[in-house]
Amino acid sequence: MSATAFDRQTSPAARRTPATALRRAGGGPTGKRLGPGRPLPYGWAAGPLLLLALWAGGSAAGLLDARSLPAPWTIAATTGDLLADGRLQSHLATSAQRALLGLLFGVAGGLLLALVAGLSRLGEAVIDGPVQIKRAIPSLALIPLLVLWLGIGETMKVVTIALGVFVPVYIHTHNGLRGIDQRYAELAETVRLGRLGFVRHVVLPGALPGFLLGMRFAVTAAWLALVVVEQVNATSGIGYMMELARTYGQTDVILVGLVVYGLLGLLSDALVRLVKRRALSWRRTLAG
Amino acid sequence: MAAHPGGLTAAREQDGTTGQATVRIENLVRSFGERRILDGLDLTIAPGEFVALLGRSGSGKSTLLRALARLDDDVAGSGSLAAPDHLSVVFQDARLLPWKRVLGNVVLGLTAPDAEQRGRAALAEVGLAGRERAWPVELSGGEQQRVALARSLVREPGLLLADEPFGALDALTRIRMHTLLRRLCERHRPAVLLVTHDVDEAIVLADRVVVLDRGRIAADLPVGLPAPRRHGGAGYAALRERLLVRLGVDPAGEGGEA
Repeated sequence: MSATAFDRQTSPAARRTPATALRRAGGGPTGKRLGPGRPLPYGWAAGPLLLLALWAGGSAAGLLDARSLPAPWTIAATTGDLLADGRLQSHLATSAQRALLGLLFGVAGGLLLALVAGLSRLGEAVIDGPVQIKRAIPSLALIPLLVLWLGIGETMKVVTIALGVFVPVYIHTHNGLRGIDQRYAELAETVRLGRLGFVRHVVLPGALPGFLLGMRFAVTAAWLALVVVEQVNATSGIGYMMELARTYGQTDVILVGLVVYGLLGLLSDALVRLVKRRALSWRRTLAG
Repeated sequence: MAAHPGGLTAAREQDGTTGQATVRIENLVRSFGERRILDGLDLTIAPGEFVALLGRSGSGKSTLLRALARLDDDVAGSGSLAAPDHLSVVFQDARLLPWKRVLGNVVLGLTAPDAEQRGRAALAEVGLAGRERAWPVELSGGEQQRVALARSLVREPGLLLADEPFGALDALTRIRMHTLLRRLCERHRPAVLLVTHDVDEAIVLADRVVVLDRGRIAADLPVGLPAPRRHGGAGYAALRERLLVRLGVDPAGEGGEA
């Protein structure tokens, strides 16, 4: 939301107003401020740590059945074992490869389609409708069809992930392109930018905030699709490891898999946000 | 470029050297639907001449400027219009690309190998040396408009078109910008067409003031006051009054149209 709200160029004065208004809203100098106040140091870690403490306490006190929810230290020990015999690494490598390939094809496809649809009315007429239809169909619902067409091998898995990825990339990049101020196109004409120069200096940088927002959704979509395809006819990968553990009733291994998925999701989102902050340093939003 | 009726395109291809004039407009008509915004307008601007274009809102000022800037290919019209290809536009908003640093904005679209050097020189001329690496959002409104001026002048245009360039600035900044623009124009000598709704701005800056009314030139007055011009004085007041009357404002009952 905040990422698109600032796509348009507003005057610095206009942008400064909300912060000033917020500060004044507190009333007198001693009045309590209405804003949420200063962020707590490491505040983001407080919630997860509290959960972890409750979990550990429950396990130690014997309130949690070890077969339903093993203690945190059991999970740590299992992770150590899985790492020691190399299973976790090899499953992780397979999963990461699938996710990355799917992301690569999905992002490339989404970006290309968004550019074509954003730059020409004909392209938009041809492309936008089908993509919106595709958006209404969950990628995961396509799996039976994809299995029939592509078999149960790696191709099917990568294609499923790519199909889940390209939609958010397309939607947000296209939205970003459409949001570029028409006045910039006028400016480009008066300084005699050619078609290529226009794309390079105006269109691509203008669509970048939208594209990066799409990337955040895309990364999440990639991991989500990965989980599902790895539990359908896979013989390797984190999802397969968990599926196998279910058969043998190894709750601890399932939890290791969940933790790995969670960490992967968090890390990749942090990575996209880092790229976003560096690439969009020209914007000064309230988020900083 | 879409061909306008009336041989417009052919006239445009000559590069401003038609006789003595930089701009030569004859019988120009521009319509939006049934409404004729420009209705048989004639206007000539000599090389290096500074012309201010006054008019009430809706009188067709911006339409004329957009026609000269060739930003109106989708507008129906006729007449002949000759203007140099080498022209620059300053808009009311600075219109800087927010994702390019100040210098990148100034040299936007320039391909010459010394573009960057010239861009730095232009920024120094508008008093922004040292701000080359700043982002546009880091500048004040007046500074942004100065960058836009540098972007226009670095192209050494034969014709500078300005569409109410100081309309969004505060009064003090506007006075400073007037001095700057006047100085820059004396050095670079482009022909200038300044669209404004501010009578004082027109008198202070221009060699000639043209009043547009209902799509035609209603008055065309040389300023003929010695520089540097300041508000006040007999010649100034007389000219101001004549212009205000032409604009349909009664100067006696009106403190001043800003």
